[in-house]
Amino acid sequence: MKGGWFRGYAIVYLFVLYAPIILLPIFAFNDSAIVSFPLAGFTTKWFTQMLDEPTLHEALKNSLFIAVSTSIISTLLGVLAARASTRFVFPAKGAIMGLIMLPLVLPEIIAAVSLLVVFLGIGMPLGLLTIILGHVLVCTPFSIAILSAAFQSLDRSLEEAAYDLGETPLSTFYLIILPLVMPGIISSLLITFTISLDEFIMAFFLGGTNVTLPVYIFTQFRFPQSVPVIMALGTILVLLSITLLAIAEYFRRRGIAKTGGKNTGGFL
Amino acid sequence: MSSIKSSERLGRSEATSGLMLISPTAIFAFLLLAAPLATILAYSFMADGYLTIIPQFQTCNYIGTCFSYEMKDGVLTAAKEYNGVFSDPLAQTLLVRSLGVSLMVTLVTVVLAFPVAYFVSFHVAADKKSLWLFLITIPFWTSYLVRVFLWKVILGYNGVINSALMGLGIITEPITALNYNVGAIVTTLAHAYAPFAILPIFVALEKIDRSFLEAGLDLGESAFNTFRRVTLPLAMPGVISATLIVFIPTVGDYVTPNLVGGPEGKLVANLIQLQYMKLDNYPLGSATAVSAMLLVAIVSLIFLFLNRRYLRGPK
Repeated sequence: MKGGWFRGYAIVYLFVLYAPIILLPIFAFNDSAIVSFPLAGFTTKWFTQMLDEPTLHEALKNSLFIAVSTSIISTLLGVLAARASTRFVFPAKGAIMGLIMLPLVLPEIIAAVSLLVVFLGIGMPLGLLTIILGHVLVCTPFSIAILSAAFQSLDRSLEEAAYDLGETPLSTFYLIILPLVMPGIISSLLITFTISLDEFIMAFFLGGTNVTLPVYIFTQFRFPQSVPVIMALGTILVLLSITLLAIAEYFRRRGIAKTGGKNTGGFL
Repeated sequence: MSSIKSSERLGRSEATSGLMLISPTAIFAFLLLAAPLATILAYSFMADGYLTIIPQFQTCNYIGTCFSYEMKDGVLTAAKEYNGVFSDPLAQTLLVRSLGVSLMVTLVTVVLAFPVAYFVSFHVAADKKSLWLFLITIPFWTSYLVRVFLWKVILGYNGVINSALMGLGIITEPITALNYNVGAIVTTLAHAYAPFAILPIFVALEKIDRSFLEAGLDLGESAFNTFRRVTLPLAMPGVISATLIVFIPTVGDYVTPNLVGGPEGKLVANLIQLQYMKLDNYPLGSATAVSAMLLVAIVSLIFLFLNRRYLRGPK
């Protein structure tokens, strides 16, 4: 059979890729304070226990605020950069885009400590705002990667037609371009929200005493008795992420179809 | 061209429009990335004062011994002595170990990812490709910390692997060598960076003109030789980007060594965190961070140089 061996390998590979995510709900519903085998029995107590953790509520509130702010700001910055880089030729384009996209490969800890040094140096108090700034830095390249695909497949003649019919660049953008790239924008909002919700290093270094969900999870790993609750929390977060990503993927595909482009696959 | 005409009519050149449009994002990246990186580079050549940085040029944060200064009776006095990054055995060990771990992770990730990328590009129907890519990327976006922790559960004493092997009667005692070592770090990181390796290779494979392969086969090459002499060289740009995109960020990973590495598995990111957050020695922390980046850059450039023939465009 064509690709038989490769298919088998790819399926095993996918299985290993999903192994931790498959284990997560197993331990979330396991009636034992120790996260290990053999399993003990079914329980939902970890989920109910999760509801009376005041620090967790605080962390959830912080994380949601940060993720919403981050997704809006980084998508705005992403729209500008993706539009500029796909539509215009300008000096030092490679260097500017290289700098903006650098956080994709730069070890995150280096970006985090250098931001920390600068924030402390200029006397900026560490808190939600500094976390948001760090997250926007991390999320903008992803937003640009998604939006570039949407802007690239735009037909330039639509825009020229609008100019010829007397529209200004601003009204053309608003009336013609924005509706066409809207699915890409929604996809970018969802993806950056998901990344921010899950981001640990920036929040850990730049948060001061403020706790986000990943920081809360990280500190709880030190206490073996609170791990099952984290498994329950993790299960909910994974379900939420998958839902958001599935919606994002739907919009991304619709966006590319709408502008007449060819779907070449993933987000990156 | 009509586009030039319309932008001329609107009274702005192409370059000005582009620069104006990109300026907010560019200024943001400049202020929050370029300037901070320049700051830690500058700090790494300064002296550590009491809750301050003393702007005196010195290279001892890299080589030699430095002093931390403290305020005594209103005068800054040299108080604590410490070694620079390349004069400190611990820092050297951690830098070398981090590089080694990153190289291993990169090798494992890219080698294991290639057949998957090849399968999706060559054997999956066109309308199913994005579904496969979506399935491959999902785990990457979901709760990084929890995934890392679960590897501890999989590899641990009462973990999945030990329970399974004992259940099958292959071993009688749990294997303790699985967890809390460099191998556990490599496994966890290779898992975390899998999509980063698959996607660039997939993109490169997709670009290959399938008629080249037919030509190879028609001219009497075996399937294996066609792969070796046509497919692989053409896929190399993807393999090279996959290598760099996995290698560079893994050097600075903090969470994985912290959770699954155990005492013997600390990496350079843990040292940077210690120097900044616990010792409050910013010049030394900055020097460690800069050294780590420098080493990564050197290894990456050597790698690019060795593979330069694959990166030239078609003649």
